[in-house]
Amino acid sequence: MAGISLRNIRKSFKDAQILHGVSLDIADGEFLTLVGPSGCGKTTLLRIIAGLETQDSGDVFIGDRMVDDLPPKARDVAMVFQSYALYPYMTVAENIALPLEMRRLSTAQRLPLVGRFMPGARTARAGIDRDVKAVAEGLGIGHLAARKPAQLSGGQRQRVALARAMVRRPKAFLMDEPLSNLDAKMRVQARTEISELHRSLGATFVYVTHDQAEAMTMSDRVAVMMGGHLLQVAPPQVIYDDPQDLAVATFIGTPEINTLPGRIGADGRVEVIGTPWPVTVEGQPGAEVTVAIRPEALMVTRGAAGDGIVLVGTIRHVEMLGAETLVHVVASPLTRPLVTRIEPSAAAALRTGDPVALSTDPRRVLVFGKDGKRIAVRQSAPPLVPAARGETVHV
Amino acid sequence: MSDLALAAPRGLARPAKARAGETAEQLAAWVLAGPAFALIWILLLGPTVAVFVLSFTDWTFGMPEIAWAGLENYREMAGDAVFWKTLRNTLTYVAFVVPLSVFLGLGAAILIEAGESLRGFYRAAFFLPVVSTLLAMALVFQFAFHPTVGAINLTLAFVGIPTTDWLKNPNTALFALGVIGIWQAIGLSMVLFIAGLKAIPKDLYEAAAVDGADGAFERFRRVTWPMLGPAMLFVVTITAIRAFQVFDTVQVLTDGGPNKATNVLLFQMYQEGFSFLRSAYAAALTVVFLGFVLLVTVIQVRLQERNTHYG
Amino acid sequence: MRTRSIAATGLGFQLFRHALLGLGAFLMLAPFVIMISVSLKPSGEIFAPEFTLLPKQWHAWQNYTDAFTKQPLARYILNGFIVTGSIFACQLLTALPCAYALAKLRWRGRETMFMLVLLGLLIPPQVTAIPLYILLWQLGLLNTYAAIILPSTISVFGIFLMRQFFLTVPDDLINAARLDGLGEFAIVWRIMMPTAMPAVIAFGVLSLVWNWNEFFWPLIVVQSEHLATPPLGVVFFANAEAGTNYGPLMAAATAITAPLVIAFLAAQRWFIDGVTMTAVK
Repeated sequence: MAGISLRNIRKSFKDAQILHGVSLDIADGEFLTLVGPSGCGKTTLLRIIAGLETQDSGDVFIGDRMVDDLPPKARDVAMVFQSYALYPYMTVAENIALPLEMRRLSTAQRLPLVGRFMPGARTARAGIDRDVKAVAEGLGIGHLAARKPAQLSGGQRQRVALARAMVRRPKAFLMDEPLSNLDAKMRVQARTEISELHRSLGATFVYVTHDQAEAMTMSDRVAVMMGGHLLQVAPPQVIYDDPQDLAVATFIGTPEINTLPGRIGADGRVEVIGTPWPVTVEGQPGAEVTVAIRPEALMVTRGAAGDGIVLVGTIRHVEMLGAETLVHVVASPLTRPLVTRIEPSAAAALRTGDPVALSTDPRRVLVFGKDGKRIAVRQSAPPLVPAARGETVHV
Repeated sequence: MSDLALAAPRGLARPAKARAGETAEQLAAWVLAGPAFALIWILLLGPTVAVFVLSFTDWTFGMPEIAWAGLENYREMAGDAVFWKTLRNTLTYVAFVVPLSVFLGLGAAILIEAGESLRGFYRAAFFLPVVSTLLAMALVFQFAFHPTVGAINLTLAFVGIPTTDWLKNPNTALFALGVIGIWQAIGLSMVLFIAGLKAIPKDLYEAAAVDGADGAFERFRRVTWPMLGPAMLFVVTITAIRAFQVFDTVQVLTDGGPNKATNVLLFQMYQEGFSFLRSAYAAALTVVFLGFVLLVTVIQVRLQERNTHYG
Repeated sequence: MRTRSIAATGLGFQLFRHALLGLGAFLMLAPFVIMISVSLKPSGEIFAPEFTLLPKQWHAWQNYTDAFTKQPLARYILNGFIVTGSIFACQLLTALPCAYALAKLRWRGRETMFMLVLLGLLIPPQVTAIPLYILLWQLGLLNTYAAIILPSTISVFGIFLMRQFFLTVPDDLINAARLDGLGEFAIVWRIMMPTAMPAVIAFGVLSLVWNWNEFFWPLIVVQSEHLATPPLGVVFFANAEAGTNYGPLMAAATAITAPLVIAFLAAQRWFIDGVTMTAVK
């Protein structure tokens, strides 16, 4: 087991720079997820850790050892590929055994036919068979040992790929979107299984995905990547509640975080549509900012604008999802509807076309500068509407 | 290719070290491709260049001296009636064999695919000549062409068609060899056309049927024929190149005779180069032979560029 | 169901189809029938004015024993296996690694190498005959197995075919193998070759057919009987028997044609797929 450190990794293909100096420390035994939209460089970064790509500059450390000059096989990491990359002509058992054969058998012992009669081959092979069996049984695919990959279901293939990675007890596991070929139901189940596997192995996992649900549910820490930059590395809840970059804020969270154009007033208060909000920031007065509020931080209140009410508008659409209801509100002069997430019971009386007011807890208002970076809030007033979410509607 | 060149000017910290993996890949690629690279030069491209060079010399096999002869070999060729006869024979042979084997192969392919029953048998029967040893089969044809007891003359006489000693008659010998060539080439074109037919999307026929073209002939004219274009081009090319290479039957059945009636380019080259040991002149003949084969390929590429249906 | 689209229905058409194809198949198979029929007959019957399918007096044993004793026919056939086997082994050994490098590795020279392969595809094998003959003469290798085998040790067609097939193998499979500890050589033989088995078989079949039947080159470099490949052997046979002793000659022709024909009948699919693959570029 070992941690992984990346120091200022850069990489470009042809003219396009894919990675702009990425540095990252992954602790021993940590489950770190690299998440970002496709093309953000996350897979390239994973492949650089594995040694399948070579960085243009920067260093990769696995444990305390710099591995820049080591070929993939010498780095002692295992990788689970999106396509699983199972050898189609080998059985499940042979697939799992291959990494052990390459490590425990000499070249002569690996020769077809005659290899079996080389000295020591029999014992080594027995050991391999035993380990393969143990891993396969552990993952519940022991009974599939004699099958070929083509005869397996997607979930079974994924387990074979996991088994092949686990069997040689690598220092770290690298996973490249291993769940993206599974159907939605299987994916949720596999999420749990991989988390459990991580707990029981205690090994370092680096997991690449574009699916924020996977990132949020499984990781110790999430690293959000965009355009070849690491924007933020933090535990899932911190990423969600306290994003340091507008891009992170909009990428994480469904439905997407609400964003409104604003500017910093003379007194440092943030003004939205000309109205000062009870949020004071440390910024240049007059600067334009983006105000972002999570859907569940917006509350719907029936009535006119007044104290504590930040926005007024009309309901465009009510989306009932069962456990929660999304209310889309158009607040003139903004054209893009704001989305609020409320209890279904609270939404029961709401109809499309109803005039409503929106209020929020100022402590949950996030302010970002023109460059997309978070602007620190110096002071925010106490909640504008003290009533609990849901009750407000019935006022 | 360019990634190495582009990375350099960026002035990165330790470029040499960071590219160790790429260097290893370069090295591995050369080690893997090296033997093939060397052999292609030694056994294929080098000798082809050598043939070209040799054709401008006066060398005879085994002679210690060699001198430039410029275009002498080609001049001799141009003034040699035998060469022109050889060229005419070769082109006649190609012009006889190619259309017949292509169209008979196409007909066989369409008829075989037009029904279910005995499909495998017909396909095997038509393809069998392709895998059989032409030389052995040439001897069988020699017997079949036998003027008195050969199956061909027996059959023709039975039907009442005048017969001759096909392989000994200067007017018919080349065509008799052509028949053997066609017999062997049909299977190849048939198999390639079947592949072409199978590649035609079924919904094109359905679209044609909806558009009113549902008769067998209409479907062939509107869908099959145009869609077979690329396959047709390929089959004609490969059949033509193989026809230019005719040698075995000439060597074993007619020896270029009677009266040079079946002297073809490759046979002429073989005789000059390996019987009379006139290596330089044979090299010049080889260059002419290669020229024709390349001409066929050039025509194919030109037509292909013009007639591409879909990307 | 695909067939339904081209298939014309109707009894009349089906009769027409079978009539034409039946005639065609008869003509295609007739030489084989004649060959076998003659190989069973005594000389007198062969030259009888009437052709019969089966002999009145069976002479098969004499003809086939003559074929195998008057000339070393078994030796010719053995040579056929030695030559075709060695050639294919060499072609695989040179073509597979090269095709892998062309399809899956990034290296300077890749484009050039591929250009050379395409260039090589344009050159008919007979073109190189004179220089290679001179080369082998210089090396003192004329009239040896090496002389027959050497010029065919490289197959640009094989490189091209395998490259096309390797392009379809997912990169991740190779990456997985690298992480599992395989070097590039091991990847070629343990990963690429088994994955590309259908193409390897197709290539093998084509190589086998071509080199078993090849006549031009062995005719040029081989003088000794004991080195003759099957087609060359048959010519020696025909020359020795002055072309009149058709019974044993047809027996010999049958014997040397048999291995390929039997292989074809046993594994038709591979042969036809192999030939078809040449067209799918």
